[in-house]
Amino acid sequence: MLLIKNGRVLDPASGTDAAMDVLLDAGRVAKIAPEISAPSAEVLDARGWIVAPGFIDLHCHLREPGDENSETIATGARAAVRGGFTAVCCMPNTQPVNDNASVTRAILERAAAADQARVWPIGAASAGSKGESLAEIAAMKQAGIVAVSDDGRPIASANLLRQVMDYCRALGLTVVDHCEDASLAAGAVMREGPTSARLGLRGMPAAAESVCVARDVQTAGLTGCPLHIAHLSARASLDLVRAAKRDGLAVTCEVTPHHFTLIDEDVRYDTRYKMNPPLGSREDRQALLNGLADGTVDAIATDHAPHELALKDVEFDRAPFGIIGFETALALALEQIVHSGRIPLMRLVELFTTGPARVLGRERRLAEGAPADLTLFSTNHAWTFHAEESASKSRNSPFDGRSFRGAPMATIVGGRVVYKR
Amino acid sequence: MKKNASCSSNAWTDSRRRSRTALAPQSFEDAVPQRLPHILGIEPLSAEQILFLLDQSKPFQEIQSHPLKKLATLRGKTVALAFFEPSTRTRISFSTAAARLGADTMNLQAEASSLRKGESLLDTVRTLDAMKPDCLVMRHSSAGAPEFVAGRLDIPIINAGDGAHEHPTQGLLDALTIRDRRGTLEGWNVAILGDILHSRVARSDIHLLGKFGCRFTLCGPAMWVPRELESIGPPGCAIRRVARIEEALDGADIVIVLRVQQERMHEPALPLDDYILLYQLTPQRLRLARPDALVLHPGPMNRGVEIDPAVADGPQSCVLEQVTNGLAVRMALLFLLIGTGGGEAAQEIPRAKDVADAAH
Repeated sequence: MLLIKNGRVLDPASGTDAAMDVLLDAGRVAKIAPEISAPSAEVLDARGWIVAPGFIDLHCHLREPGDENSETIATGARAAVRGGFTAVCCMPNTQPVNDNASVTRAILERAAAADQARVWPIGAASAGSKGESLAEIAAMKQAGIVAVSDDGRPIASANLLRQVMDYCRALGLTVVDHCEDASLAAGAVMREGPTSARLGLRGMPAAAESVCVARDVQTAGLTGCPLHIAHLSARASLDLVRAAKRDGLAVTCEVTPHHFTLIDEDVRYDTRYKMNPPLGSREDRQALLNGLADGTVDAIATDHAPHELALKDVEFDRAPFGIIGFETALALALEQIVHSGRIPLMRLVELFTTGPARVLGRERRLAEGAPADLTLFSTNHAWTFHAEESASKSRNSPFDGRSFRGAPMATIVGGRVVYKR
Repeated sequence: MKKNASCSSNAWTDSRRRSRTALAPQSFEDAVPQRLPHILGIEPLSAEQILFLLDQSKPFQEIQSHPLKKLATLRGKTVALAFFEPSTRTRISFSTAAARLGADTMNLQAEASSLRKGESLLDTVRTLDAMKPDCLVMRHSSAGAPEFVAGRLDIPIINAGDGAHEHPTQGLLDALTIRDRRGTLEGWNVAILGDILHSRVARSDIHLLGKFGCRFTLCGPAMWVPRELESIGPPGCAIRRVARIEEALDGADIVIVLRVQQERMHEPALPLDDYILLYQLTPQRLRLARPDALVLHPGPMNRGVEIDPAVADGPQSCVLEQVTNGLAVRMALLFLLIGTGGGEAAQEIPRAKDVADAAH
């Protein structure tokens, strides 16, 4: 038994925002009440902290199998709990691709052995994510995938997307798409704009994303399948999602901390600023902040994309895309949207909990009987992120050396404290 | 390091100890307090630093017409030339500049290098560095590659062209050419014609001349002249885009013609014949510019494509002066970055020349 004393419980599902104690027992929440007394329980003093349902990251890359120099399921799951995440959804673009049940099971076995954050695999939509034929989605669902995606690239054609969606609607799975028009994005290494022009780097226009979002939204309308837009970065894309929601379509989207924090003007010849989708314009960032506030954005997701140093320590246009993100996500969200007064704390918790859960067709709540996955965080703990100290195997973060106010303080998975700051 | 940094600092700093006479900057460091150990681009340089570099190029310009062109100034020094992209004229210009200063050169060319065997850029330049050159001149197809290397080696790096980013020695030699012909860099109307989006020459020229209040008119096929280019210059720099070459040339003092890179034409682009029809600089079109307008081209020229041979060989063409000035600018940079003479070029060269003459 674990008794969390003196915390402020925030539960978006019930709207609870009150000073309460929480008693965990046998992997479940046993009791939530003011002033619980449980003499036999271990006590965790959460004075000054927020006690929230466990955070879910809808989008990460754990690199195993295939690129264990950059990350493993164990190191990634460890970095995740240091970021306050109790469950992370890993994308299928591993080697081999997670396009069949045996890969899915292998991932889940390693995650169970690591015993840190829960790992919820996302299966490939097409075999090998090659965009040709359907992957073994039903078998993967049985093995434990929570959604499908060809992330790293878009689902190749409108017709394939339609088939995937028809199939996934029947299976009750959300289709997650990395929206990018390959021809508009060809060869690009950052967002097209004044900065790409000045640096002489090839840029992709914002439309490289939004034309694909438009295709996807229309196809969601055609099929009725839930559609989730991964790492949405452009204002035009957000407008399409907003319109789709207004039309009653099951369309959701996530944004990453780096896209609501940085802009293309921040890019320099430093591969830690190279990610896909690339950092957007000042106006795009403002639109994302507005979307986070007004409810158009459903979730904050990290797109944690580790790459070992040797891969990133190259010319800008030859480096792979992506940055690590677990350990800075909450702090960046607090910095950008809570401390700045844009959204209340409850909405922030929603973006990390009930929001991503809904995308997957799940529930997330902090209530008696619910699984004892909890994230305890401080909104004012002062600290500095040093990539060198990350639990990830990789160091590719543009936020290395950044100082923050607010951090995860303890992460609880299945009633067990897996991380304590 | 920072042995080389201190070596290179002599040339910049020693003049600081001299009494400061006129308003003109006496050294690079006077122009801007912090020393620049590399020449990575024109963008970070101030107008004063640029004028200093051009002034320092003057004595080397004179040497090009001297019967004995070889100095001993950099005798014992080694210049590494790493060209990760095909180049003939820039590589020859740098190696000749090094030779005329008495320096030895180490040559690495992409086709001869181990890059094709999968070695990383970093490993390649570290290998070169281990052979102890005094500076590294590099060309690379990736924008920012020289800056990447500069952050990881302790020797001065000179950017000889990086992707579509900058070509600072081209910018300097263009400026030297313009200043020689027109007496000043200030306030000209500059027309730039062609594939500006992919041109490092255009960027370096815009950064350089933009610092002297020049106004730019960009003209070329729309996909090569996107709106974003209007903001690439220094703050307040006037850059406009026009669709018709006639409009671009109207009233121009300086016309910079860019090479049409044939390899770009296969990107969804317009047919070569259309390019010639719409954008070739012909004698008739040039008459729309000021009568004394200068025509510059970074070379190599595609005669009959972007430029009519009559213009290329005409009295307004500066093409061959540009080539000669390129030597002077590159000699000046090598001298300033790795020279140990402890003075400015103007003082140093007569002494060095004596040495060279005595040797002959």
